[in-house]
Amino acid sequence: MHISIKKWFMLPVVVMLVTALVLAGCSAETGSGGLSDSIKIIGSNTVTPLSSVWAEDFMKANPKVSIAVSGPGSGAGIAALIDGMTDICQSSRTIKQSEIDQAKAKGVNPYEIQVASDGLSVVLHPSNPVSELTIAQLSAIYTNQITNWKEVGGNDAPIVVLSRDTNSGTHVFFKEHVVQMAGLPTQNTKLEYGSNVLFLPSTEQGVSEVARNSNAIFYPGLGYVTSQVKLVKIKKTASDPSILSSEKTVLDGTYLIARPLLFYTNGVPTGIIKAFIDYCLSPEGQNKVTEVGYVPLAK
Amino acid sequence: MVAASDTEESLKRRLRLGERFIEGWIFLAGLLAIVVLLGIVAILLKEGLPAFGYTPPWEFLFGTKWYPVSEPPTFGILPFFVSTLMITLLATAVAVPIGVGCAAYLAEVAPSKVRETVKPIIELLAGIPSVMMGFIGLMLLSPLVQSIFHLNTGFCGLTASIMLSLMSLPIIVSVSEDALHAVPNEFKEAAYALGATQWETIRHVCIPAALSGITAAIMLGLGRAIGETMTVLMVAGGALAVPVSPVEPMTPMTAAIASGIGNAVRGGLQYQALFAIGLILFIMTLAVNLVAERVLERQKRKFAG
Repeated sequence: MHISIKKWFMLPVVVMLVTALVLAGCSAETGSGGLSDSIKIIGSNTVTPLSSVWAEDFMKANPKVSIAVSGPGSGAGIAALIDGMTDICQSSRTIKQSEIDQAKAKGVNPYEIQVASDGLSVVLHPSNPVSELTIAQLSAIYTNQITNWKEVGGNDAPIVVLSRDTNSGTHVFFKEHVVQMAGLPTQNTKLEYGSNVLFLPSTEQGVSEVARNSNAIFYPGLGYVTSQVKLVKIKKTASDPSILSSEKTVLDGTYLIARPLLFYTNGVPTGIIKAFIDYCLSPEGQNKVTEVGYVPLAK
Repeated sequence: MVAASDTEESLKRRLRLGERFIEGWIFLAGLLAIVVLLGIVAILLKEGLPAFGYTPPWEFLFGTKWYPVSEPPTFGILPFFVSTLMITLLATAVAVPIGVGCAAYLAEVAPSKVRETVKPIIELLAGIPSVMMGFIGLMLLSPLVQSIFHLNTGFCGLTASIMLSLMSLPIIVSVSEDALHAVPNEFKEAAYALGATQWETIRHVCIPAALSGITAAIMLGLGRAIGETMTVLMVAGGALAVPVSPVEPMTPMTAAIASGIGNAVRGGLQYQALFAIGLILFIMTLAVNLVAERVLERQKRKFAG
């Protein structure tokens, strides 16, 4: 009886001690700043495969450094940067003015570094006869004005339109550059994704659904394209040449739906964060970009 | 003699002391639960209510356009609200007959050996992480639903409902089986003595007698279905249209919160709107619980009278 009472009394004490230790650990981690040997990278789902490879290599060369990469989406990364929850924000879109204002209000000064480029590929099921689309056709598909493949030269079948959800930088970039046709005479910033578009929580899920669903269309980054899906050539207008997304067409600027992959830090990076970014931008780091399937920075 | 009574005294005192510690601890634990609940309500109100300053509650609830990252953003959650209702009701409609039937079989019909092996296995189902259920829905169920119903895509409310019904089944079976098992044997014996068959006994005696427990089971299952997030995020499709049939892609409220919260800046408009969805979700589950309480109360009175 006596022992069991003691045991029951010890339990809350142990729980409290553990909680206190965990809390102390957390505050120590966030409080130490530049001298810490751990880097947190949060942001774009698209940049994640690349950052993970860089992080692994950098940790191999510097065993004392630990780098944690997570990819909930560019918006989430920028939100984390503004809230001071991350050292580096990886993003597949440029930061918005409203976000810069929010950051400044919290004393955070976003500093932009381009680390690679990406082409957004448009993919279909291999059995789909459609091989090229104009930006206007893509816009009409993604606003649900065109709902059947026969309207763009394909089979008489409904179009299953897949997109990333609002957490993703890809979502915002595709909306501005394709749905709203930025840079074209037909540009219309009032256009939004149609209400029958399926918003998916990850890029992999979209690619695997396209590989299985003969009527689906999706827009993954170059790094996510597999051999189970078919790439579509993109034309600016019906009279322009159609161009396939590839490292070459993204680099020479002929491919239309290309974008920079960015790192944002709070102010100019210093210390260990600078060392890591320098590695990413080095020839060795840029080689990895090609390996992962993205486009390295032009030399 | 004196020494012996002394130790007895001190033992008693120590026990009393221990008792007080435990009482105090339990009191604190109870208090903590209430404090946490009040804290959650307070945070939901604090973060969520300002959203109604930007979008009036009426427009928020019945608006059909949800464009949180546009300039200017629009927040209308009718599509999510309808999706949640549709998916939850369908999941409950599938899970309740199967769950209660299974419980009745286990409690009244199955030999005790079968019951003792099957029940723990069903309860084990409850422990499967929801992301695993999501994967099963993604890989196995959605292609199946797509080919059976000749749909454009297998990501739809129906797929989500079936997965949710599978997830709420263990709770419904386990709790209703306990309730049925607790029905006094005299009730059944009396029914058999009047010449009732086994089916008549289950249908007219056991289930009505255990109805309060079964209702509690159904409500627990319903609560699980309303609140489940990961699975519906993965298989429900995520379309923004107001769904008119369960075989359309849709976004329930929980999935809408999950797919937007990562992007939202703390204190921003979208953040507040997502908390407002959370607030409405909370009010819905509260309403379910209140209704359940009323039903149980009435049931008890009926049996007492």
